[in-house]
Amino acid sequence: MSAFEDLSPGSRLAIGSHHFSAENIRSFAQRFDPQPCHLDEAAAARSPFGALRASDWHVAVAWMPLLVAYRAQLVARARARGDAEPLFGPSPGVADLKWFGPVLAGDTVTYTSEVTGLRRSARRPGWSLLTLHTVGVNQRGETVISFINTIFASDRGATA
Amino acid sequence: MKKRFFEDFRPGMTMRFGPRLVTREEILGFAAEFDSQPMHLDEEAGRQSLLGGLAGSGWHTASLMMRMLVDGLLAETCMLGMSEVEEMRWLSPLRPESRIAVALQVLDTTALEGHPAAGLVKIRCDVTDQFDTPVMGLTGALKIGRRAAAS
Repeated sequence: MSAFEDLSPGSRLAIGSHHFSAENIRSFAQRFDPQPCHLDEAAAARSPFGALRASDWHVAVAWMPLLVAYRAQLVARARARGDAEPLFGPSPGVADLKWFGPVLAGDTVTYTSEVTGLRRSARRPGWSLLTLHTVGVNQRGETVISFINTIFASDRGATA
Repeated sequence: MKKRFFEDFRPGMTMRFGPRLVTREEILGFAAEFDSQPMHLDEEAGRQSLLGGLAGSGWHTASLMMRMLVDGLLAETCMLGMSEVEEMRWLSPLRPESRIAVALQVLDTTALEGHPAAGLVKIRCDVTDQFDTPVMGLTGALKIGRRAAAS
């Protein structure tokens, strides 16, 4: 058994769901994407979408706190097994980030990340690079976002 | 009234936005809300991490880049949304009290299949700090409305 028990390639991680309320959409948009379609409910009601639309970046960023919480569960599971705890580091980046349709006020997006790679880092001894292919699906089963990202991870425990 | 449409973008155009100060409070606030990893929240944890010191979330850099693009360009543009980000690389840590700037280059403009009222503007954005250190690089495409469709 290893710290990476739950992260073998092919594993599908049910990262979690985020509900995009009008207030939540505005809170992100005011700070990072202040376009009227994300802020002005009256104008949004008259738009073709008929409701406030979440910033595209909000739909991507909303995955991150869910991932952080999900990883805490992986750490707890490794501890319960008596394995070294997986340690997560920064991410070198994201690829193929695509938005397929609007996320509107009242929508809930459920994110699933599939492990598509786990390999030793050539440059960072003790570290591996975890590759995740993430898909976000709304409550009607429509895919609204997908992306691939890599994350540094170590199986040497919390002191690595 | 939007002033800039798809037709106004040409390959080779360059624009620059910022500098913008990113305070320690902003970094900690973003991390607490969206990316609560210790390296984004605590100086000592940051030092022990691969980042070598407290640093902002990469998603924070991306979000700030979007804000700078909206303020400097997109608020005046018939912006319909992001289409895709082919690649976004976090190249060096976003340190507290950095002053970041965004250099944008238009790479290409293309028609959007099945969407006659809009086109795709492919862009390259390079985010640097006050030392000209590359913090983030992004290649992506914006969906921009055509002038004819607006009139």
